[in-house]
This record gives sequence, C-alpha cells and structure tokens, in this order.
Amino acid sequence: MITANNLTKSYKGVQVLNLPNLDIPKGQSFGLVGNNGAGKTTFFSLLLDLINPTTGHIKSNNISVHESEDWKPFTSSFIDESFLIGYLTPEEYFYFIGDIRGQNKADVDNLIAKFEDFFHDEILGKKKYLRDLSKGNQKKAGIVAALIGNPEVIILDEPFANLDPTTQIRLKQIIKELTENRDITVLISSHDLMHVTDVCERIVVLEKGEIVKDLATSEATLKELEAHFSN
Amino acid sequence: MIKHFLNLEWKQYFRSSYWQKNILLNILLVFFALYFVAMFLLMGVAMYPLLKEFFPDNDPFVVFNGFLFFWILGDLFIRFFFQKLPVMSVKPLLVLPIKRKTVVNFVLGKSAFSFFNFLPLFAIVPFGIMLVSKGGYETSTILIWMLTIIILTLINNFLNFIIESLSSETELSFLPVILLVGGLFALNHFNIISFTDLVANGIDAIVANPAMLLVPILLLAVLYYINFNILRKKLFLDSSLKKKTKEASETNLEWTKKFGDIAPFMQLDLKLITRNKRAKSSLWMLGLGLLYGLFFYPQPMYREMEFMFVFIGIFVTGIFLINFGQFIPAWDSSYYKLLMSQNIKYEKYLKSKFTLMIMSVIIMFVLSIPYVYFGWKILIAHFAAAIYNIGVNSHVIMLGGSFNRKKIDLDQKAAFNFQGTGAVQWLIGIPLMVVPMGLFGALNYFINFETGIAVILLMGLLGIMFHQKIMKFITQKYLDSKYKMIDAFSQDN
Repeated sequence: MITANNLTKSYKGVQVLNLPNLDIPKGQSFGLVGNNGAGKTTFFSLLLDLINPTTGHIKSNNISVHESEDWKPFTSSFIDESFLIGYLTPEEYFYFIGDIRGQNKADVDNLIAKFEDFFHDEILGKKKYLRDLSKGNQKKAGIVAALIGNPEVIILDEPFANLDPTTQIRLKQIIKELTENRDITVLISSHDLMHVTDVCERIVVLEKGEIVKDLATSEATLKELEAHFSN
Repeated sequence: MIKHFLNLEWKQYFRSSYWQKNILLNILLVFFALYFVAMFLLMGVAMYPLLKEFFPDNDPFVVFNGFLFFWILGDLFIRFFFQKLPVMSVKPLLVLPIKRKTVVNFVLGKSAFSFFNFLPLFAIVPFGIMLVSKGGYETSTILIWMLTIIILTLINNFLNFIIESLSSETELSFLPVILLVGGLFALNHFNIISFTDLVANGIDAIVANPAMLLVPILLLAVLYYINFNILRKKLFLDSSLKKKTKEASETNLEWTKKFGDIAPFMQLDLKLITRNKRAKSSLWMLGLGLLYGLFFYPQPMYREMEFMFVFIGIFVTGIFLINFGQFIPAWDSSYYKLLMSQNIKYEKYLKSKFTLMIMSVIIMFVLSIPYVYFGWKILIAHFAAAIYNIGVNSHVIMLGGSFNRKKIDLDQKAAFNFQGTGAVQWLIGIPLMVVPMGLFGALNYFINFETGIAVILLMGLLGIMFHQKIMKFITQKYLDSKYKMIDAFSQDN
C-alpha cells in the first residue's frame, strides 16, 4: 500500500530521515517507535505531503504523494492539535470533515454514534468549541474525525499521549477493529511500547532517521524493545 | 533580578522570528517614531513665537497651560490605541523563587520608559527653555512646571492601562475610552465642569507653591497601586489557565447549500468571521466603511474633486474585501495542515472566499445607494468602483495572499494589531486603491468623467470575463508555495 524509496529529508545539510526502502502492505497495522528526534513525525509529514522530500518519494497506492493529490480521498490523519479547527464545536468539525470527504450528515451521525463509549460523554452535545476542550478531549475528537469517510490509510501520531487510561484501552480496541478486515492500513507512532506492541502487528524502530529494527510482533517483542531502549 | 529580567527581554525581542522576518515593518515603525520626535521638537520650538503671535495680550505660559487639558485628553486617546502594557511571559517565572511583587514592579516600571512618555519631553524642553530665555521666567519655576508635566504624562500612562484592562473584555473595546474622553470633553465644552480652568489653575497653584506637587504625585501613586493590584491578580495561573468558555452558538447556515460544492467552506468562513475576535472586526469595519463617504461628500469642497469619487467608492464597496482579503489564507493558518492533508481542492477553498468578498461588495454597493443624494455622478462612480472591486481587486488581493507567510492568532484583539502584517499587506494597497484612483483621476482631468468611468468599468468587466483563467493562475501560485506556507504557519511569531 505504502512504499518509500530512497526517501531522505535534510534540513540545512543535516539528515533527519533516511529510508532506502520501506514497504507497508495493505491492511497492516504498522507501529513506529523511537526516541525524540528519531524522525517519526517527519515520516508522517512526508507521507501527508506537508513537507517536501529531499530525495526519493513515497507512493501510496501507487500514487506519488508529492506529485499528485489523488491519495487524499483514501487517506486520513491526526497529527496534532493544528489539525483541529478551534472555533467549531466537535459536531460541526465532524460534519465539516464529512462534507469534504463526501459524507452526509446521517453518515457522520452513524459513525460517531459508534464512538459514544470512546467519547465518555465529554465531547458531544456540550456546546463547547474545540479550542475550549482539554488536550485529551481534543485528541479524542481529532482521532474520531480521522475515521470519517471510509479511509483506507489512517495515520495517527502518538494517539495514546494525553489520553486517560480508560480511553487508551478503548482506543486500542478501536484500532484493532479497524484492521480486522485487512482493508485499512493503520500507521501509528507511540512512546508507549506496551500499547504499540498490543495493537501493531509490525513495529519499526527509528533511530536518528534510520530503521534499526523491523519486527513482526510476537510475545518476545515487548522484551526486545525494552532491552533496545534501555541501552 | 532586574538584570535577569532585562536579559530575558533582550533575548525575547531579538530572537523572535517576528523581528527577524519583519525588518521592513520595524524600519517603518522607527521611521514613524522619528517623524513624531521631529514633529514634537518643531512644536516645542515654534510654540513660543506662535502663541505670542496668536495671543499677543496673554502670557504664552498661561495660554499653554490653558490648553493642557486637551493635551492630556489627546494623549490618553492616542495611548489607548497604540500603547500596550509591556508583556512578559510570566508562566515560567511563577514556579521559580521570585517574588510576584518583583515581577509586577518590573513590568510597570518598564512601562514608564515607553516611547510615549518621552515624546512630550521633545516639546516641553524647548518650550521651557524659551520661556526662561525670552519669557523671563525663573529657571526653578519652569523646572517644577516640567516636572509636573512629566508626572501628568505618567498619570496618563498608568490610567491608560487601567482603562485597557477594563475594556479588553468587552466586545467593542474602544467604546469605554471614547465615552470617557468624549464625556470629559463634553463636560468641559458645555461649561458644566470647566476642566480647562481646573487644570490651568492647578498648574498655577503648583508653580506658585511647589508643595502642591504632592497632589499629582499622590494621584500617580494611587493609579500605580491600582495597576499593581490588577496585574498581581493576573499573575495567578488559574486566571490565565482557566479560560472563560463561552457557550457555543448554533448558527443555521443551510442557505449556503445553494452555492453547491463550496458550501462547507463558506460555512467555515462564516463561522470564522462570527466566532473570532480578530475576524469579527472586519464586520464592524463594514459599518465604518459605509459611513466613510459621509466624511467627504457633505463638504462642497470634496464634491468638486471628482477623482476622489472612485477612491471613496473602492473603499466603501470594498472595505470587507480589503480587510478580510488581505489575510487570506492566514485566517486559516492555525489549522492549515489539516486543510492541506484533507481531500480539498484549493480552487474550491479559494472560490468560497472569493464568493464571500463579491457578496460583500454587492451588499455594500446596494447599501451605499443613498449617496445618490449628493449627486448622480457619485452613484455612477460607486458602481464603477464596485465592478472594479469585483473584477480586479478581488483577484489582486487573492494573488497577494499567495505571498502571505504570517500566522494569525484569531483570538487577539483587532484594533491596530499588526500581527500577520507583512510587506505584502502594505504594498497591496497600491494596486488596490491608488491605481484606480490615479487612472480615473487622469482620464477625468484630461478627457472627461464618462471616459474615466468607462475605463474603470471596462477593467472590472475584463477581470470578470477572465475570472476562470485568473483563478487557475492564482490557484497554481498557492500550490507552488504550499510547503513554505505550512512551514511559516506552524511557527509562532
């Protein structure tokens, strides 16, 4: 589904990302871990064409993302709060995203009804603007908005950060359900090794912009990751 | 401690990307400052001979003191719009072992060194020297007088901050100061309370008996104390962290569905305008723009100057276009990444803004039809100007937007907020207003009124005819600068 070839990104001559070859098949739940500055967000930004690659390219469903915009209809993402529109209520935000992804009000209502549990009665019908919600609740709204419109590729940058324990557990459930049918490719990054080994079938460890480990998740993965990051 | 604070301030100023990227605006501000210094110096030097000439029977010193009340009012009024309480990012300081008192005193003390407090000196000192050398006044008297003026200036300085902190919460933030200054002026003007005499007599009393200086000093101390308390209260995190959450208002924007596939963007834009302080000000400006013509047309002098008609027409019908348009796409800067990663066609995004601006031009033209009272030519000129706004200015301002690299914080107060203003915003005024005015003025002067109007109309119509082609070109410009905009909008000023 997603292939990166000879992909590098440098800022003022300093290389922050170097992926000679990375291939993520359709329907995979792909986890990205690494310390700060490892290049996780850089990779996601390149994938969303928010920054320009220095060399190489990323193809999503055989579409080179920085040359065509045709990847947008089947891709959705939540990277950080700058993906929220502060002066909208969560409902209005969902409808707006639904509108531009070709979903009518009823479709959106149907979808968000499924996440009532996840919202924990803190998002809908509160008559509050997104800018007035807490960080955690903003994140909840952002994640759910990324699920609107039947995307085939979902990118979530550190989805577990700022969420309370209950919501973290619910989010894990949601991600697992998404990849059940193997139609949807989910890419997440996380600093929480336990969560990421729980939900991802494949985990890639980045260090200074390069892949140092590429693991198929098994019983031993968490131990291996912990050993890796302890050094 | 003060040393540390000054050090922090210095770094904050010179390391802010705003300063580094906005040298032009800074040069402009310095230029303005120098201009005012020069004006005040000139005023100070010329004051004595001028007062002598206009009031030969009176002592210039007494005459000047008689005008002091107006000086104080004017000073206060101008301060309100241009002087801001120096800001200091205090959050990181609160957890350090620094007394709150020290922080507050530093901020207030720093404000005393504002440019606005030095400006009067440039007028007062030369005038004072003249009074001593030509007017035969005692040096000591004049020194006490100067000291009084300085204290009065500082009183204004601290009074302004109190007014500002009281009015910053309200929607029409400039209303209180207008009421206060206007009220005082009216009381004085209709001789209900003669502040002119009060101030003049007060100054006389102080000069006669320097011990009376205690009165203004006491007033200053009280104002300082009030400021101190206001600021100290703000220094607790719960007041800045606990945001007042306004209840979200529901708006029915179903009518935008008529515009088809740009409807979601129009709804977004309308919410943007109605729900954010900064954007809302472009709505208030609509009223102001509509009344703009009334500054000119009632005076027969301006009715002779036909070249002004088009200029005023551009301004009246295009006030929203100029105000709103100059910050495209910065209005959306805080969520620009979202828009860029969503399934959005740039063309539709821009078309929504375009449609809003065109609608505003048409509405403003209809509302300005009553200006026909001042003559048919004015209505015709306004019509031509509206067409020019639709056909030319709308495109020009959107093209200018593709050079926009300045983020806007939607929540900030709007009046005289230069955030998001770069060289582009200043330069864009030329084609927007000066070109049509110059062109029309020249044609009107050398040929006749009809030709001038026809050319302005023709340019507008050409713009409307080639709208699709022009939009394609503009869209491409936006696409070309996509990465630069994303990068710029994700940086704080």
